[in-house]
Amino acid sequence: MSDRSYSVSMTVNGEVVNANVSARTNLVDFLRQDLELTGSHVGCEHGVCGACTVRVDGRIMRGCLLLAVQADGQSVETIEGMAGDPLMTSLQDVFVEENALQCGFCTPAMLLTAHEFISRVVETGAYRPDRDAIRDTISGNYCRCTGYQSIVQAVERVLIQYETAPTKAPNGAPNPGSDR
Amino acid sequence: MTDAASDHLPHTDSPHTVSGPIGHNEPRARARRTVAGKGRYVDDIVLPRMLHVAFLRSPHAHAAILSIDAAEAREAPGIVAVVTGKDMATQCTPYAGSHQLFKRLKAPDQYPLAVDRVLWQGEPVVAVVATSRALAEDAAELVDVDYDILPAVTSFERGTPPAVQLHDDIPDNIALVEQLGTATVGEDFPGADQVFEAQFRFGRITGTTLEPRGIIADYEPREGALTVHCSHQCPHQQQDIFARHLGLPEHKVRVLCPDVGGAFGLKQQLYGDEFAVCALSIMLGRPVKFIADRLESMVSDNHARDHAATARIAVKSDGTIVGMEVDDIFGIGPYSQYPRSSVGEGNHVLRITGAPYRLDDYRARLTMVYQNKSMIGHYRSVGHPVACAITEGLVDLAADGLGLDPADIRRRNFVRSSDCPRVSPGGIDMPDMSLETCFDAVVAAMDLPALRAEQAEMRKKGVYRGIGIAAFVELTASGPEYYGPGGNRITSQEGCHLKLEPSGVVRCWISVTDQGQGTDTGIGQVVASHLGVAMADVRVFSGDSETTPYGGGAWASRGIAIGGEAALRAATALKANILELAAVVLQADAGTLDIVGGRVVDRDTGTERMPLSDVARIGYFRQDTLPPGVQPELSVVRHYVTPRGRKFMATNGVHAAHVEVDTQTGIVRCLGHWVAHDAGVVVNPSLVEEQIRGGVVQGIGSALFEELRYDDDGQMLSGSLADYLVPMASEMPEITVLHVEGTGVEEELGAKGVGEAGVAGSPAAIMNAVNDAIAGAGLGQRIHTLPLSPERILGALGKVPGEL
Repeated sequence: MSDRSYSVSMTVNGEVVNANVSARTNLVDFLRQDLELTGSHVGCEHGVCGACTVRVDGRIMRGCLLLAVQADGQSVETIEGMAGDPLMTSLQDVFVEENALQCGFCTPAMLLTAHEFISRVVETGAYRPDRDAIRDTISGNYCRCTGYQSIVQAVERVLIQYETAPTKAPNGAPNPGSDR
Repeated sequence: MTDAASDHLPHTDSPHTVSGPIGHNEPRARARRTVAGKGRYVDDIVLPRMLHVAFLRSPHAHAAILSIDAAEAREAPGIVAVVTGKDMATQCTPYAGSHQLFKRLKAPDQYPLAVDRVLWQGEPVVAVVATSRALAEDAAELVDVDYDILPAVTSFERGTPPAVQLHDDIPDNIALVEQLGTATVGEDFPGADQVFEAQFRFGRITGTTLEPRGIIADYEPREGALTVHCSHQCPHQQQDIFARHLGLPEHKVRVLCPDVGGAFGLKQQLYGDEFAVCALSIMLGRPVKFIADRLESMVSDNHARDHAATARIAVKSDGTIVGMEVDDIFGIGPYSQYPRSSVGEGNHVLRITGAPYRLDDYRARLTMVYQNKSMIGHYRSVGHPVACAITEGLVDLAADGLGLDPADIRRRNFVRSSDCPRVSPGGIDMPDMSLETCFDAVVAAMDLPALRAEQAEMRKKGVYRGIGIAAFVELTASGPEYYGPGGNRITSQEGCHLKLEPSGVVRCWISVTDQGQGTDTGIGQVVASHLGVAMADVRVFSGDSETTPYGGGAWASRGIAIGGEAALRAATALKANILELAAVVLQADAGTLDIVGGRVVDRDTGTERMPLSDVARIGYFRQDTLPPGVQPELSVVRHYVTPRGRKFMATNGVHAAHVEVDTQTGIVRCLGHWVAHDAGVVVNPSLVEEQIRGGVVQGIGSALFEELRYDDDGQMLSGSLADYLVPMASEMPEITVLHVEGTGVEEELGAKGVGEAGVAGSPAAIMNAVNDAIAGAGLGQRIHTLPLSPERILGALGKVPGEL
C-alpha cells in the first residue's frame, strides 16, 4: 500500500497543527498517535461503534471514517479540548453522579454526542421532554456496560437544566482548561 | 439516583449492621478521570522503541500448513521480525485447558501460533513485527502460506461418525461426556401426569468489549524482567502463566491491567496472540504492542454459548413440577480454553437447570464437542442464561399444556426460604433463597394484572404483546473447591493491603480488579466504613500484580463479596493497630477508644481524643516518644477465602419482560423490563443497578440480535459489527431494578455477587415474552432458538419457511 505523505494544517482544540500525514492515516489515529490526544477511542474502525467520535468544524464526526488529510484546513475538537466548556462540564458532572459510565471507553464520544444534541435543542428550542429522542440520538454510540438508561437519565437531567436556564449559552465559552 | 426504581425490599431481617458510606451512591474516582478523556487504556500507552505486531491469521477453518514463505515480508519497510508458529513454539512450553474435576476431559496441547495445522478461521499463524502497525499489516500481506484445505467440523450433532478428526486420540471429537441425576436421561418420570419436551438452541455470541483486547510486553534483557500492560481481568493469573510458560522467575514478571474498556469474562483467559507478544518481546529485547482490530476480535476473541439441548419437564395435573431433564450438546471450538478449561459453561447448565424449583427428580447430560470454529470461553453469566432459558421455557410450556397461569405455576413450585438450607439436585448449596420475595416484587412493580388486561385489549386491535417471567439461581463468589482440585493455578482468595499515610489518610491496594464495575469504589466504601474515615481519605489501587496482594482479580462476581470481606478484615485489623498505638500515647485502654470521622474518640462518649494524623505522625516520626518495645504497625494485609466446602455463594432473582411483536416484520420491540435480585447487603446501589441493567442489555442482545454465524466450511458470516448486531439505546427498554436483601451469607459484610444477575434471566424472560405474544395469541409455534431473529419469528408464524 502507498505510504505517501501529505502536508496538512488544521486547528486542533484551538491550536494550529501542521503535520505530514500518510494518506491512509485516519483522523482518530492521527489525533491519538501523532498528537497524543488519547481521549478519542478506537472501537471498530468501520464506523459502527462511535467510540472515535470527534468534532470537525463544530459537528460530530466518526474519526475512523475520516482521513486526516480530509481534515486539512478544518477545526477539530476532542474531549480534551472541551475541558472548561460549561455544557460539557455539566454533562461530565452529571454522568459521574448518575454512574452513566462504567469502563469509560465509550464515554468521551457519548459526551460529545450528547453535547451536540443539547446544543442543537437549546438553539432551536425544539425540545419537549422525551427520553426516546435521547435514546435515538445516542444510538450511534455503543455502550456495552451501562444498559444505556443511566446515560439517558444523565442527558435528560442536563437538558432540563439547560431548558430551564436558557440564558446559559451551551456553546461559545472559552476553554480555559484545554489540554492543548 | 433520581430513578424511582431502587427500593430496597428486606427479605428477612438482615443480621448485618453497616455504617459509613456503605449503602450510599458514592461516585467513582475513576469516572471523574474517564469523563475527561483521561482514561489510560492499553492502547494509550506508548513505550520508547516500542514495536507493533500484526498477525497473519488463517483464512481457513481447517487446513494443513504445507509451507510458509516470508522472504519478501522480511525485506519490507520497517520490518523487524517475522515469526512462524514453529519458531514461536521453541520459545515457550505448550498449554492444555484441562480440569481434574473432570478427569475424562480430553484437552489437547496448544501453542501461541498454529504449528503444522490450523483449526479455525482466524487462528494466528505468523507474527509480523514492525515499527508501526500499518507497516506490519503491509508486510503480513506479503507472507505466502501454502495450505492443504481439510474438511471442517461445523455441526455438533451426536450419533453420526465425524468425517474428520480434529485431534489425535479423540476419534469422535468429543471432549467430555458428563452426567448427573436421579435417573438416566430419557427414562420415565415416576409420579408425573404429563411430560412436555422441547428443543433449545443457543447461538454463538461474544462479549464485544468496546475496547478490543490489547497487550504491551516489555522485556528488559539486562534485568531479565518482563513487564506486561494488558487489557485483562486477572493480573496474577497472567503473571503465573507468563512466568511458567516462558521460563522466567515469577518475581521478574509483572502484569499491569490499567483501565480496561470492558471485559465480561472475555478478558479472563490466555490468548495465543497475547502470549506470542510476550515471547516476541523476549526474542527482540524491545517492547511490543498488539491491539486487536475489530475484525480480528470477531474471530479471535473467545465466543460463548453454542448449545443444542433437548429438555423435558414432568408435572402433575395440578401444576406441581416433579422432574426435569436436560441433554445438552455444547460446541466448544477447536481447543479447551486455558487456563480455566471450557467445562464451566456446560457444567453450569448441568447444575443450574431446574434449580429455582422444588423438583427432586432431575437428570442431566452434557456432551462437549470440538469444532473448527473460534474457541468457546467464559462470557458473563457463564451457562446461567442457557440453564435459565431451558428451565423457564419448560415451565411456560407446562403452564400452557396444563392451562395454568405462568405466574401461578412458578409461585407454586419455587424453592422457598422455608425449604432452605437445601442442596439442589444439581448440587447447588442454598443456605437461603428469596425467590418468592423477588417474584412478588417484580409482579407488583410491573403491575402484572394491569399489563395482562392491556395485553388482552391490544390483541383485539391486532397488536401482539407478550409478558415473560424468568426466575434464576445465580452462582457468585466462587470458592476454592473448583479450580483448586481442578489443578488450575487460579486463586480463589482476594487480598487487601492498607497503609495509613503519615498525614493520616489511607492508601489501599486490592487484588480484585475494576473493569468499570466500580469495584475500587465499593472497596473504598467498605474500608472507609469499617476503619472510620471519610471516603475522600481513602485512595484505592488495583490491577498490578507486583504491588497488590495476591488474588483472583475479576471473575465469578467476587469483587465485593470476597474482595470486600478482605477489605473489611484489613480495615478492622488496621483500626486495631491504630487504636493500640493511640492507647499508648493517650495512656488509655484501647478497648475504650474508637475511630469516627478520621479521629480517635472515646468509644462511649464520642469525645475526640486525637486525629489520625497525630497517631500517624507519632507512629512514623516520633517513635522516640514511645515506650521501649512498642512497634507501630500502620500497614496491614489481610486475605479472605470463602468457607471450605462452600463452592459458591448462591443467590437468586426474577426477571420479567414486556415486548411487542410485529407480526408483519418479525421485529420485537422491548417495552419494559423488571429485575428483582438478591445481592444481600448492597454496598453501592447505583453501581449495582447499572451492573444489572448492563447485564440485562447484554442478555437482550443475545436473545434478539447477536449471533456469530458460520457456513458449512467454517467461514464466519457475521464478522463485523455491521453483521453482528449489538443492542443500541433506541432498542432498549427502561429497566426497573429492585433490590431484595436476602440472607444466607456467612461473611461479616453480607454482600453477594451481582455481576451475573442481569444476563442470567433476561434471555429467558424475552423468549417467554415473545412466545406469549405469538403462541399465547394462537398465532404460531413456540420458538426456543436464540436469538429470536425476525426470520425465526416469521418462521414460527408460518410466514416464511425455515427451521426454528
